[in-house]
Amino acid sequence: MRESILIYRNHLYLKLAALVSLVATTAYVWHTPFERPNGGTWLGYTLGVVAGGLMIWLAWFGVRKRKYGIGKLRLEDWLSAHVYMGLALAIVATLHAGFQLNWNVHSALYVLMMIVIISGIVGVYFYIRFPIMLTENRRGMTAEVMLTQITDLDREIRQLAMGLDDATNAAVLKASQETIVGTTLFSQLRGFDEDCETTQARRFVEDSEGSGESTSRRQLLTRLVRKEELLKRIRRDVQLRCLLKTWLICHVPFSVAALMALAVHVVTVFYYW
Amino acid sequence: MGGFRGPALSTETYRIAIVGSGPGGLSAAAHAAKLGVSHVLLERADHLSDTIYKYQRGKFVMSTPDILPLRSDVTFAAGKREAILGNWDRQIAELKTNVRYKSDVVEIKKAEGVFNIRLADGDTVQAENVVLAIGLQGNLNKLTCPGGDLPLVQYQLDDPGEYEAETIVVIGAGDAGVENAVALAKQNSVVIINREAEFARVKQGNLTLILNAIEKGDIQCYYNAEPARVEPNAIILNTADGEARVPCDRIIARIGASAPRKFVESCGIKFPNADRSALPEVSSTYESNVPGLYIVGALGGYPLIKQAMNQGLEVVEYILGNKLAPADEPLLQRKFAGLGGADVDAIIAEARGAIPVFASLNPLLLRETLLESDVHVLKKDAIVFKRNDYTSSFFTIMRGSVGIQINALDPSVVVTLPTGAFFGEMGLISGRRRSATAVATSDCVLLETPRRTMLKLIKSVDSVRRTLDQTAIMRQVQTHLAPGVSVADLRPMVETVELKRYKPGDVIFNQGDKGDDMHLIRAGSCTVSMRVGGRDIVLSYVPSGNYIGEMALLSDAPRSATVKAAHATETIRIQGDAFKALLDSQPALKAKVEAKFRQRIMQNEQMQRRPEAGNIIQFLIEQGVGEGTDVLLIDESLCVHCDNCEKACAETHKGISRLDREAGPSFANIHVPTSCRHCEHPHCMSDCPPNAIHRAPDGEVFIDDSCIGCGNCERNCPYGVIQLASPPEEKFNLFSWLLFGKGPGPGEEMAYEELKYAGKPHADKQKRAVKCDMCKDIDGGASCVRACPTGAAMRVSPEEFMSVALLG
Ligand SMILES: Cc1cc2nc3c(=O)[nH]c(=O)nc-3n(C[C@H](O)[C@H](O)[C@H](O)COP(=O)(O)OP(=O)(O)OC[C@H]3O[C@@H](n4cnc5c(N)ncnc54)[C@H](O)[C@@H]3O)c2cc1C
Ligand code: HEM
Ligand code: HEM
Ligand code: SF4
Ligand code: SF4
Ligand code: SF4
Repeated sequence: MRESILIYRNHLYLKLAALVSLVATTAYVWHTPFERPNGGTWLGYTLGVVAGGLMIWLAWFGVRKRKYGIGKLRLEDWLSAHVYMGLALAIVATLHAGFQLNWNVHSALYVLMMIVIISGIVGVYFYIRFPIMLTENRRGMTAEVMLTQITDLDREIRQLAMGLDDATNAAVLKASQETIVGTTLFSQLRGFDEDCETTQARRFVEDSEGSGESTSRRQLLTRLVRKEELLKRIRRDVQLRCLLKTWLICHVPFSVAALMALAVHVVTVFYYW
Repeated sequence: MGGFRGPALSTETYRIAIVGSGPGGLSAAAHAAKLGVSHVLLERADHLSDTIYKYQRGKFVMSTPDILPLRSDVTFAAGKREAILGNWDRQIAELKTNVRYKSDVVEIKKAEGVFNIRLADGDTVQAENVVLAIGLQGNLNKLTCPGGDLPLVQYQLDDPGEYEAETIVVIGAGDAGVENAVALAKQNSVVIINREAEFARVKQGNLTLILNAIEKGDIQCYYNAEPARVEPNAIILNTADGEARVPCDRIIARIGASAPRKFVESCGIKFPNADRSALPEVSSTYESNVPGLYIVGALGGYPLIKQAMNQGLEVVEYILGNKLAPADEPLLQRKFAGLGGADVDAIIAEARGAIPVFASLNPLLLRETLLESDVHVLKKDAIVFKRNDYTSSFFTIMRGSVGIQINALDPSVVVTLPTGAFFGEMGLISGRRRSATAVATSDCVLLETPRRTMLKLIKSVDSVRRTLDQTAIMRQVQTHLAPGVSVADLRPMVETVELKRYKPGDVIFNQGDKGDDMHLIRAGSCTVSMRVGGRDIVLSYVPSGNYIGEMALLSDAPRSATVKAAHATETIRIQGDAFKALLDSQPALKAKVEAKFRQRIMQNEQMQRRPEAGNIIQFLIEQGVGEGTDVLLIDESLCVHCDNCEKACAETHKGISRLDREAGPSFANIHVPTSCRHCEHPHCMSDCPPNAIHRAPDGEVFIDDSCIGCGNCERNCPYGVIQLASPPEEKFNLFSWLLFGKGPGPGEEMAYEELKYAGKPHADKQKRAVKCDMCKDIDGGASCVRACPTGAAMRVSPEEFMSVALLG
């Protein structure tokens, strides 16, 4: 229905970023035959300033995102531009460095910046895929509705188990009391739990089939399977949302680190001038 | 207070008996007491002013309109409910007012110049004059089954937090019952009794709440059940499977109230028509058609405390035969200041003489209408409103003349309206954009009457409705059906038309019917659907300003599709023969109608091949999108659930987000979050005492500062998008949050969340209604949309969205 940030405004920001990269590359190629390229030449300085400017502007996005109700552009413009200019930065900065990487603070800046950029690319992938995966996984339900359905099933399950033998009852009770949906970051990111108490209970009931009261056992089983299926989807839902959050909290600290490295780089460069 | 009763009253004939001790009645009684006139104040409850007594505890009562001076012997200023009631109790006692509590008046009959007032307990009171000040709250419906008067039955719930660990039965499946049940379920075990098989009468938000609670087992529900009898600690229900006994500690019956109209009519007072909101007619001294019987306050159409109090004092003066300039005199003086210093009465007389629509209004109504209207003194060539503005007020020309530019392409085509004519009625009726620009063609004086006042007039004065409709129909036909055809040429056809009203879902005509008429939609909107392979496929959404049904006429075939009203809809029904005759005499018009006909056939073809698009239209209509003018939709294939839209809204609107992204239904990637749709005919506006809800020229429905927090709009909005909230705590700026974590961060609604759930600590802060204002005061438009990083959030007009986006 609507377009994603990548094709937004008919690729306007892709075109702008391509233009910046093209100008930088042409200048570099045109310049190279005369001097050994590096950050110290006039072209190097110019490219450095452009790269530094771009980086600060990219980081400003974090602030702009929280300034609401101002400006003519939508945040969508900013993000589209952020993505493409971030990619252009990779080119401009590489040219600025003249492909010279050693073990020093300058290269540390370069590496940090590239981490941010690569994480950005991963982020864009998430941004494009995530909504579709989330919507598909939810099948028209909200997370709240899924949870309510689980509570309901749980009640029915406990009621059914009450009429069965103690072992089944205990397994089912354990399942309804101890089943948890990822409390730690790790378990949330994992997105599934093949050893979940509900699964255990389901296996137990499956294994004990044939030991009498078969209709209530069947009913119990179908409900346990439904609950398992819902749990699977909720875990997936949590996983997806958590992934996105985790991604953002990786992208941002690295960009802050890169900014600090930039400051160090500029200071050292002028100090040793 | 308590159950104090006045002295035995049977012999004395009072000069004035006042029925109802609301602000109107108590002010009247206080004045009578002060003047030493023999009087009695009859109050049904055992305390004064029952309506205000029943406000939520700690409610901040407002003294709107601020510019209206108070004229009463008891004082009143904005403040807490408790303070105001305490104050009145004291002053009524100090003035030695003769109050008779627990006196429910059931009959008022006049015999030989004296009113006999019969009370529920059988006593009668005699008086020469009666002032009815019973307000509009009416009588709460009571349980009629045996045991309905047992002490465990109550009809009101002040504070759900008061009860704990009880078993409570709530009877009634309307909004009040559902809200009570849900609130009580937090601390009690609750059973709700529904007479029907589903909760058909409640708002969407309440529906979700109650169904969730029932599903979760928090509330138990008996469907298709009715109380059979009540026992001291149980209720017996008649259900589909026979009787059921539900033991309980408390029964709360919320089975509605009956309007006071029946009682008022039984006193001999006439209403102008059967409309539910019609008001009894009174003279400028508040006297009804029964001589000696007076009406003041909310019952007479004045829904605010201060107005009621002023009228209370005035009516006593009038009964004593005194003349009194009404309290609103200074307001009118200020209003008319620009008219060259003539006095108020002269100007009112001028308005009556010059403007035929207003000529038939009684003096009080005319005065009220003028008071609520704005007076515009315009120079020649000034623009009154522009084509495509969303305003819905009504204009009358008191002096000078106004030109209407009826042709969008050529502003020189102007129809000139003389003094006395009116315009703007089309926007009023359709709730849509202005269809033409209006310009002053000479220096002129215009009265601009707000939509609400006009609707009240249309409902209560038949002659206003008739005059308005006659002119409007011709103009609507000319604008939407036959532009460029002269009034004279249209007249034969327009004389045969008929106005039709439809409720949502009503069929206007069915596929296969014989087609001998067509309809021009003048308010609301319709869906066109076709039965294909046993299924109804929605082909299109037709908003007002369009005609339907011409296809069968032109092709002399049966109806090819079914047309249903999507919302409350009004159409102008045109006879087929008259329409054909018009087409035959107007070749240019015929060509245009035929072109539209071909276009529709093509569109229907396309849509039949895309049933999923029709399903989306159907879904959106069900969500009320069709009656909106600007709706927030979220494309779920793009939304990353970052909630930046909500944060943006909160940040730009005093910390309270007016949209709830997660809530609301979805269909085929389209999600309709809980957010205002800016309805063509906003339901929220219909019952706002201070008239605080308006529509801005760009269509935004917004609430201004005069809101008194009564909550009517919250109840009236079917989409649950209005909240009552008090101003949240102050925020620190962005950097102190980023760096030091001070205060709630951007978009974090600490104060609001607290308010929503905790209630108590904030309850005595002044609460007001808040809703989306479409960011009308922010340059660049909707903050929510602008803050969406992925472009998933969009604000669209349903008309564009349902035609272009889905087909394209
Ligand atoms: C929730 C809410 C909040 C509001 N907030 C405000 C506000 O902040 N500011 C404001 O200006 N307005 C407010 N209003 C409007 C205001 O309450 C009314 O305009 C005002 O009360 C009308 O006064 P009244 O005297 O006409 O009638 P009422 O106040 O309704 O009084 C009628 C009285 O008559 C008695 N009565 C009725 N029938 C009989 C009978 N048959 N026999 C004997 N007695 C009878 C009733 O018990 C009652 O005491 C609010 C309204 C509501 C519902
Ligand atoms: C994103 C921004 C930048 C990156 C990734 C970056 C990276 C680099 C790298 C990798 C080098 C090569 C170091 C070496 O020769 O070992 C370099 C050199 C240099 N950079 Fe930058 N730089 C950036 C911004 C800047 C800015 C803003 C300036 C100055 C205003 C600047 C000035 C220089 C100079 C003068 C040199 C040459 C130093 C030397 O040869 O000793 N750079 N830069
Ligand atoms: C040095 C380069 C970059 C810096 C300094 C940077 C910095 C930032 C910052 C500060 C944010 C705001 C996060 C927040 O507060 O919510 C952000 C968001 C983001 N960045 Fe980058 N970024 C860079 C490069 C990139 C690149 C190259 C891409 C993609 C190819 C990218 C994709 C994104 C995305 C998708 C977001 C999330 C937008 C949102 O918040 O909704 N970034 N970036
Ligand atoms: S608040 Fe008013 S305009 Fe908005 S959706 Fe509700 S009824 Fe419609
Ligand atoms: S709460 Fe709503 S209806 Fe009541 S005054 Fe405020 S805006 Fe009007
Ligand atoms: S348009 Fe403005 S007021 Fe309305 S929901 Fe969006 S941000 Fe809030």
